[in-house]
Order: sequence, then C-alpha cells, then structure tokens
Amino acid sequence: MKWLIFIPMLLLTACDGGLWNNPYPAHDTEQAGKSQSVYYTVFTERPKHLDPAQAYSENEFIFLAQIYQPPLQYHYLKRPYALVPQAASAMPRVRYLDKNNRPLPDNAAAELVAYSVYEIHLKHDLKYQPHPAFARDAEGKLEYHGLSKKEIGRRYTLNDFPNSGTREVTAADYAYQIKRLVHPAIHTPISGLMSEYIVGLKEYAATLQKARQPDSAGLLDLDKYPLEGVQVVDKHTYRIKVYGKYPQFAYWLAMPFFSPMPVEAERFYAQEGMQQKNLTLDWWPVGSGPYYLSENNPNQRMVLTRNPNFSGEAYPLEGEPGDREAGLLADAGKSLPLIDKVVFSLEKETIPYWNKFLQGYYDVAGISSDSFDQAVSMSVSGEANVSEEMRAQGIRLSTSVATSTHYMGFNFLDATVGGNSERARKLRRALAIAIDYEEFISIFANGRGVSAQSPLPPGIFGYREGEAGLNRYVYDWVNGAPKRKSITEAQKLLREAGYANGLDEKTGQPLVIYLDTTATGVGNKSRLDWLRKQFDKINVQLVPRATDYNRFQDKIRRGDTQMFYLGWNADYPDPENFFFLLHGPQGKVAKGGENAANYHNPEFDRLFELMKNMTNSPQRQEIIDRMLEILHRDSPWLWGFHPKDFVLRHSWLYNSKPNKLANNSLKYLRIDAAQRDELRRQWNQPLLWPLWLGGIVLLLSGWGLWRVLRQREEAT
Amino acid sequence: MIAYLIRRILYAIPILIGVNLLTFALFFVINTPDDMARVQLGMKRVTPEAIEKWKEQRGYDKPLMFNTQAAGSDKLTDTIFFQKSASMFVFDFGYSDDGRSISREILTRMLPSLVIALPTFVLGLMFYVTFALLMTLFRGTALDVAGVTLCVLLMSISSLFYIIGGQFVVSKLWHWVPISGYAGGADSLRFILLPVLIGIVAGIGSSSRWYRTIFLEEVGRDYVRTARAKGLSELRVLFKHVLKNAMIPILTGVVAVIPLLFMGSLLTESFFGIPGLGSYTIDAIQAQDFGVVRAMVFLGSALYIVGLILTDISYTVVDPRVRLQ
Repeated sequence: MKWLIFIPMLLLTACDGGLWNNPYPAHDTEQAGKSQSVYYTVFTERPKHLDPAQAYSENEFIFLAQIYQPPLQYHYLKRPYALVPQAASAMPRVRYLDKNNRPLPDNAAAELVAYSVYEIHLKHDLKYQPHPAFARDAEGKLEYHGLSKKEIGRRYTLNDFPNSGTREVTAADYAYQIKRLVHPAIHTPISGLMSEYIVGLKEYAATLQKARQPDSAGLLDLDKYPLEGVQVVDKHTYRIKVYGKYPQFAYWLAMPFFSPMPVEAERFYAQEGMQQKNLTLDWWPVGSGPYYLSENNPNQRMVLTRNPNFSGEAYPLEGEPGDREAGLLADAGKSLPLIDKVVFSLEKETIPYWNKFLQGYYDVAGISSDSFDQAVSMSVSGEANVSEEMRAQGIRLSTSVATSTHYMGFNFLDATVGGNSERARKLRRALAIAIDYEEFISIFANGRGVSAQSPLPPGIFGYREGEAGLNRYVYDWVNGAPKRKSITEAQKLLREAGYANGLDEKTGQPLVIYLDTTATGVGNKSRLDWLRKQFDKINVQLVPRATDYNRFQDKIRRGDTQMFYLGWNADYPDPENFFFLLHGPQGKVAKGGENAANYHNPEFDRLFELMKNMTNSPQRQEIIDRMLEILHRDSPWLWGFHPKDFVLRHSWLYNSKPNKLANNSLKYLRIDAAQRDELRRQWNQPLLWPLWLGGIVLLLSGWGLWRVLRQREEAT
Repeated sequence: MIAYLIRRILYAIPILIGVNLLTFALFFVINTPDDMARVQLGMKRVTPEAIEKWKEQRGYDKPLMFNTQAAGSDKLTDTIFFQKSASMFVFDFGYSDDGRSISREILTRMLPSLVIALPTFVLGLMFYVTFALLMTLFRGTALDVAGVTLCVLLMSISSLFYIIGGQFVVSKLWHWVPISGYAGGADSLRFILLPVLIGIVAGIGSSSRWYRTIFLEEVGRDYVRTARAKGLSELRVLFKHVLKNAMIPILTGVVAVIPLLFMGSLLTESFFGIPGLGSYTIDAIQAQDFGVVRAMVFLGSALYIVGLILTDISYTVVDPRVRLQ
C-alpha cells in the first residue's frame, strides 16, 4: 500500500510543472525574479584548501581560478599555450640587472644577469566581490571587524552577515599575498622554490618565524616587515625582483599563488570564534575574479555566482585556425562571464554521474571505462567519435592530450638497472622495447593515450611531431608512423647486456626485476599480469612489490627500488618543468628533489642549466633535441604515455574548448538554457504505467490477503 | 533506576578510554606523523621543512605517549595521545588535519544521515515485523514457503545491486525521482524516497526471517493456546499477544542501533549523493586524518553505549518483571 502514498507525493512535486527527477531546486535558475544562466557540473573530491597560498591541486584550482585574479592567464583559444594579461593591464615588463643592480640589455647572456625585475601594472577597474570583511558602518568603520565571540554567535556562513562591501584591488594586495607564501602558519607548496628565486624571500621567512607573536587581532602583521624583492611602486604598479634569469617565472604569475589578498579578509577571518564555525580564509575565498563562492557545502555542492563587481574582460577576438569555423569566436568581444552561476555537485560514483549527464542534468561529462563503449565508437583508423546513441542526443566529443606523463622509472642507484654503463643502458632499452605501451593504452585506457617518445607531452615547447620526435632506440619509422622495434632486437640488447635469454651470464641465475607500485587493488591485478607477460617476452622475471602510498614514498626517498610507477602533471607549459624531473642536482636520494630516478648525466645537466634560462627559440629547440637524444640513449624511464582526455558535452553548451593549463575557463562558456530545458523535458517525462500497475497489483494483493484471512477466520 | 544509569555511565568511562587507546595504538602502528604530513601535503614539491612545519602546527611533533624530555606530569600530558584525547571526553573534537572544526562537520552531516536512516529504520521495522507475522500466520502453507523463498532470494543479492538496479529502473527508466542528490526541507522527500525504499527492500530478507523465527518460537507457547481457546482471532493473537511477548529479543537487536542511525551508511550516501556522515570515517582513514578517525570512533563507541543503556531501559517498558537495579 506504500505505493499509494507515493502517488500524491510525486504529483505534488510535479505541480510546478517541473520534472520529477530534476535534482535541482527551482531557485537555482532564478534570482530576484529574473531567469539566470546556470552551468551544471560536478566535483568528485572535496577540496582541501581554498586559500590561494595553500591550494595546489586541480580540484582546488577549479574553484580558485574562477574566484581569484592573478596578474596573468593563458589565452583560452590559442595553441601553443600563450600567456596574456588577466589582472595586469599588459604583459609584465622584465628588466635585467647585473650583480651591482646596473641595467643590462634585454638580450643579455644569462650568466651576466644577476637579477630580473618584473614590473606589473594592474588594470584600474578591479574590485573585490561583495564580502562582509569590507562592509562599513555609518561612520565608515569596518563593520564586522573586532567582533566578540558572542557577536559572531550563530553565524555559520557569509550569508549570515547581512551587510557586505567592496573596495578596489591594489598593488599592495598582490605584494601582501607574496609575503603570505612564507607565512609561518601557512603551508605553501611552492614556498621553497620561490624562496630560491624571489630576492629576500628566504630571509623574510626567517624574519616572520622569529616575529611569530601575532597581534591583538590574532594576526601576524606582514605590513610591518618589508620584503626586499617585492616593491609597491604606486596603487596600480608593483615590482618583483628575482635572482638571475628565470623566464618561467611568468608562468607562476598565472597561478592562484600570486593572486591579490586584501588584508581586511585576513583580519576578518582571524577573529576569535570564526574558525570554530569553519569561517576561514582557507574555506571562504575573497577574490576579484568573475565569480565568488556563494554556497560552500563540500559534502554536497559548491556554487559560484557572478561577481557583480567584475568587469573589464572580454571574450578573445582571435584563436587558432579552425576556431572560427567551430563557432568558438561567435562571442568574440562580449563581456565576460557569459554564465551567471556555476553549480558543482559532489558525485563520488561514476554511475549516477553518467546517468544524470544522459538525462541532461550535467552539461559535460568525462567517460569512465564502464561507459566507454556506450559513449564512443572507434573508427578503423583509431579515430574516436561519439556513438550513435550519443549523437542522437546531440552530444559532442572533444579530445585532448593532457600535459602530463605517466612513466616507469629506473632507479639509477640500483646495481642492476641503474648507472651510466653501456651494459645498463642496453638492459633498460631492451625493457623499453619489450613493454608494449601501445597495447597497454589499447587494453587499459580504451585507446585514450599517446605513447610517449620522451618526457615532453604534445603542446610543450621542444616536443616534435612525427619522425623528428621519434625515439630511435625503441621505434622505427615505418609507413609514416612509429613502429616498435621487434622482440628480437630487445633480445639482442639483452644478450649484449650480459643477460642472454634472461640469464645472468656471470651467475647463470635468471634476471629478476622488482617493480614498486601503489597499485594494490584487485582492479590492478590485470595490469600487473599484463606487465609480467611483457617481461616474459624476453625471459625476464618481474616481481611487482605492491605497497601503500607511505611505504612507496619511503622507498623512493631511500632509493630502495629498482623500477617504479610515477606520473607528472605540468605546472606550466615549459620543457624545464619536465626535464627537471631528470636533473641530476635534484636527485631524490641525494637532495630530496623531484628526480625520483636519481638520474645523473653531466652533459644532460649542463644542457639543462643552459636551456632553462632561455626563451623559446630555434637555439633552445636545438639544445632540447640534444637533451632528448641523451635521454633516449640512456633511457632512465620507460617513457610510458601521455593520457588523452575525452570529454562529452551537450549541444546547448557553447565555447567549450579543452585547455589543459587554464583552469579559469568557466567564464568563457555559454549555455542555451531554453534548449536545455526543452531537451530535458523531452528526455525525462515520467513513465506512469508502472505506477498504476504497481498500485493495482498492491490493491489486488491486499484484497486477496484480506479474503484469505477472512476465510481462515470463518473456518475456525 | 537512576543509580543503575549512573553506574552504567561510570562504566562507560574506562571503556571509552580503552577504545581511545586502542584506536591510537592501531592508527600509529600503521602511520607515523611524517606519513600523515606527506598525505596531507600531496606529492609535489614537499620538502622536509614543510613536513616538520605541518607536524608542529598540528601538535604531531610531540612524543606519542611518553615524553622523556618533559618534567613531572608533563611526561604524560605533553604527548600526542593526551593532547588529542583529553578534550574528547567533553565532546570537544578539535580540528581535522585540513583545519575544519570536526564538531561542526559532524553536526552538519548528522541530519542528512538521519533523514535517510530514520524512515528506513522505522518503516522497515514495521514492514519486516508485519511480513514476519503474516508468514507466521500462514506457517506451513505455500504462502509461507513463498515468503521464506523470497527472503532467501533477497538475502542473496548484494546491497550494491539494489542501489544500482533501483537507480536504473526507478530514476533512469521511469524518471520518477532524481538519481542522486539532496535538498533540505520538504524538497528532501524527492531525494529520500528511493534510498529509503531500497534500504527497506534490502533488509527484508534477513530481518523478516529473523523475526519469523522469533514469532514461530512464541506461537507454540501456552499463553497463545489459551488466547486461541478464549476465541480470539488469529490476527489478534499474533499482533497483540505474540508480538508483545516477542518484544524482548526484537528490542535487543533494534534499540541498540537507534543511536547509530546518526552515523549514516557509506554505500547509500555515496551513490545517492547524500551529504551525511557515512563516508566521513572512511575518507578520514584514507586521508590518514587522525583527528577525524579518533573523533568518529569515540562518537560511535559512545553512541553504542547509549544504545545498550536504552535497550536495558526498553526492557522495563515492555516487560514489567524487569527492574534495573
């Protein structure tokens, strides 16, 4: 009989003409009686930090990049990736100085440059989002500063503060944030790196550590302590002085670490009683970007709403060839953002996520392995297209190679696989040929990847397409495509390395290689079995040592591995950000750096030092080619593959173009809400016959039961 | 009864200390403060200085249980164990490793868990008892065999299958309710219908069979024969006399879990996007967040003790012969 109760409930829900299975409240698309353009998407993991000084992962940047405005950003459409101004009015002017602070010409050699000075001019119309930290009372005093615990009382969100205010973004706010990077109470992932570059930052960290006693507001007043390398010139101009020539510094200026931070916000959140309510700067950002965080429930949903104080940015006027034809320039010149609100819902499981996308309740979706065959059909030539079912719904597919690499490293400190001897090189190259990454991509990634020829993924300067970029130690160029060398070639190399037929010629014992991995789940067994088979091809025995993350990291730190699985996502589109993973002085065991393979080749290291300070040019490309040749020969990694991202989007979403480095791309998107509403209505009409059928069956069952009971009662 | 309750509450203190000690020992046998720092700080650009700073900020730079460097009582109190445990006995859970107030998080997430768990529990209990009584009524007949077979069948199916199957049929094919999601207030009804229904269906097999066994044992007793001899209808005998006398074993299994309803269900909440407490502990274990793990284990233990005390009290309500002394 319970079904009968459901009917009026469901009907009541449907009274407003809405769809029964619509997971969103009606007020999402309305504000003050006006219809709003809303973009619906997901987040799969709650962010840990929303303080721009602390956040460093993609699931945090996806929010912060919409809220904060660093000086620079990546051009949304152009490829290769190019920096353009964001909060800055123009690209920073860089001046070079010698060790006596005398100016040098722009083309000065790197070894002569002692300092680089980045001068950044800000736009004049930048304002912060409405926020209670800026609210002022009738006397002009900050209204919500100096609150007692009692006054904070039952305020749990920013909406519990009735008044808000704003102010202009100034150069001092950018300088303040740079100081925060070494604040003793804040962990900034790049503080060590930046201390090596920004003049005086290392000493500044020590100064703050000593002066740790906070003031009466519970805050360490950074304005009391000047930082040598950061100078505020005027209200809209500041300079950052870095050691030497460091062209990659501009890329860091496009990351949230270098966003403006108003001191009022820090003071507001530092008040006693705020943290107990989870009202912290790490949880409620205060930015000047196109959106602000209006709803913050990381267990359910996060909502970004258009910042009414945001202005001065327009959709790009140009892109790369083909963008105009693809409709990506239809909104050229229009004021950003084009969407009023972005609703992120937490979806931990792929099945509900996928089904809600098909129902039209999410505007874009990735493709899990479970849904791949339903969503994508591969042509004979290996080209991916949406399946017929998806096409019928108007769903489109976009693919892009990620600026990341997944690899298997050899530990250069290991006596068997490591070192620069010709024997070890041949052993590593034999394994590189034997492990068929094309097959791996086909079986385990549904073809979503590109075999790597080197650490550099496509889209990064130095990457060469086609035959020019071929790793000739592992591949041949056959019929216009790379072809993995034969197993015979691998066996020959193995023999030359002293392991004929997989046996150590000195001891006669089989060659056993140990692989350390964190792949401990049942789902990873098939991958490890596949890998064993690859080693079997040349009679080498593989012993996977699956372990948890902590033990794995311990082993890497101690150099207690032979082979290991790792990956790297680009911080910025520069070859330096990949080559440094193989730079000798950054060896994991010796220096605690990021070179987990502990690879060390003096010539490679010399070229790295030369290359890293150069701007992109044919000379730089030539050096990179030489570095790649060394890496191909030494083979410190099995180059693995660069993952390919497949994204599905509905027909009502416009201006969507994958950009693997820009996280602030939501402001460019446009939604045709009317089309979405119409299609949702068509796709989600409730099916009523099971309801009636269920009701009738229950009624008949109840009636039958009642009859049987009566008969039994009468019989007794 | 008051004296009994006070005594039980006092007994709870050493139990909670023991649970706390065990949680602490198990956690730190597997993890070190350095491991915790590395998990929190991520994989990229983590320096030894950053690890030390992280530990110092969160009090994990102290010795685990005994501070040989300290003097007097500080040897015991200036340790991770004491600093992280003492405040819990006044239900001050402190902050998680990412800086959020644990108490606030628990309070926020408790309600959605309860919104799903309570109707599932109450409606489920009513349905299982009714279904079990009907099977008892028709014991030995084809209807009873069909009922037991259905129970065995339902018991054999994984709860994940109910969830995925329910979402597929009810939400995806029939479009009756949202596949997942949650809203507060009256709007929550649309979101809880399916998880509650699935929760009830998933429990039919085991619960109904268990209650049927209890009722079958009762229907053979003398007072039932007497009731029938007095001319009472079979329905009245079952629903009034048998049910009442079978309450002790039912309450033993039921009342103890009532306080734990706050703790939520991992699978249901994860698949239905319910922002409850179900995944809080698991997520914390994965993130090696000791602050949350100890708080949730402590809370679970405390609630379980409350449940057991409530069970004892409920015995006195349904059976006047029971006295708590």
